[in-house]
Amino acid sequence: MANVPGELRYTKEHEWAKLEGDKARVGITAFAQEQLGDVVFVELPKVGAKITAMKTCGGVESVKAVSDLFAPLSGEVVEINAELPKTPELVNADPYGKGWMIVIKLGNAKEWDGLMPAGDYEKLIAEAGH
Amino acid sequence: MTDTHIPLKRTPLRDVHAAAGGKMVPFGGWDMPVQYTGIIEEHRCVRSAVGLFDISHMGEFEVRGTGALAAVQTITTNDASTLAVGQVQYSLLCYPDGGIVDDLTLYRLADDHYMLTVNASNIDKDWAWVSGHGKGADWTNVSAETGLLAVQGPKAEALVQRLADRDVTRVLYYHFAQGAVGGVPCLISRTGYTGEDGFELYAPAAQIERLWHALMDAGKRDGIQPIGLGARDTLRLEMKFALYGNDIDETTNPLEAGLGWVVKPAKGDFIGRAAIEAMRAAGVTRKLAGFEMTERAVARQGYRLLKDGAPVGVVTSGSFSPSLERCIGMGYVRADLAPVGTELDVDIRGQAHRARVAKTPFVPSHAKKT
Repeated sequence: MANVPGELRYTKEHEWAKLEGDKARVGITAFAQEQLGDVVFVELPKVGAKITAMKTCGGVESVKAVSDLFAPLSGEVVEINAELPKTPELVNADPYGKGWMIVIKLGNAKEWDGLMPAGDYEKLIAEAGH
Repeated sequence: MTDTHIPLKRTPLRDVHAAAGGKMVPFGGWDMPVQYTGIIEEHRCVRSAVGLFDISHMGEFEVRGTGALAAVQTITTNDASTLAVGQVQYSLLCYPDGGIVDDLTLYRLADDHYMLTVNASNIDKDWAWVSGHGKGADWTNVSAETGLLAVQGPKAEALVQRLADRDVTRVLYYHFAQGAVGGVPCLISRTGYTGEDGFELYAPAAQIERLWHALMDAGKRDGIQPIGLGARDTLRLEMKFALYGNDIDETTNPLEAGLGWVVKPAKGDFIGRAAIEAMRAAGVTRKLAGFEMTERAVARQGYRLLKDGAPVGVVTSGSFSPSLERCIGMGYVRADLAPVGTELDVDIRGQAHRARVAKTPFVPSHAKKT
């Protein structure tokens, strides 16, 4: 079973979000990177970009497949992980840590409550695993 | 999900793969490992050391009798009459219109006895085709009782040598010997789909697990790893080896696929000959070209190839190349755009990304051709 940290929130598209004051840090889950396999490119939005919850804001390419990156929350991108263009394998090695993707300044704090708690996400991937 | 009610076929090693951490996925109707530790690591293991592949899903047909050669000559494009016993030949089955039924390797087992190895996803189609058109000979479908492992990489020869009951270093490229490996009776074939030196070992399905473990155990000191279909695909793509269903199929002909070298009209008539000869005379309008991306973007099967914004072809295979650490692919392009160096674009989700027709194979072959 893939690692699902309890303090994070999740989307059904397998992104995670971590609340940091009025911002949220975002990446893809351990389950997502396992399904994708070796990540070779990560395409991220630019700093300053306005993104909308559950709309595509980037992409993750593995050797085998391409997957959209969905914005878990609406707002403005205030930071992107500058290591990922050079070392996309961080997404596989440390999806919740060094493999983070973007930081969003939240446009609508209420959206946080619409994200899945860890327990719901665990159920989702348990079903997807069959 | 599709076809969830049709049970996937399993090779005799299916449970061994799952126990070894293989990520099992449906492939052409088979439950196969796409990877164990990761495609890139497995790919590099084959290029630098040795990897073990279960390709028991592939099909094998035998044909016997005084009419065996004539039957093979009728259905295949290459000239089987040049094969000595102990030799292997790459060949094609074609439709009357020149479209490709399948690609295969042909083994001459004895004077009037041949074996054809065909793609797993095509076994039923091919069996109907060869047994229907290869008249005057006795055909047997031995796919189910035949296991097949590929041992590939610079350390493959020494590994197989340590386990074999004969000198496999004397088995030349595209030749085979009958012998035992790890005590298991094998057809030891100096062939592969990776561009590395190595062998493909055919053995009875009932003994393939024993052969697998013998190779894994003896190969430990060489750094052997089991290799999934993901790395098999990136390895063959670096060599620009065609994959049936991606790069060749019933809508493509051998000439545009760059496989004219296995079409031998001088041998006499065969299915597809007239159509292919007409195409050769008229000239092909498109060619299968290898390309590399000059931007950080992965071209994938089905993406359009563009020249100055206009569609000029389609990607048939594309991936990240673990050896080159660049993205490579192949696809059919208008024949005038096939020369090496031609600048193209790939339409990736609505955006044009730059690519250039590349010299192939993308990576030098290390198969022992002499």
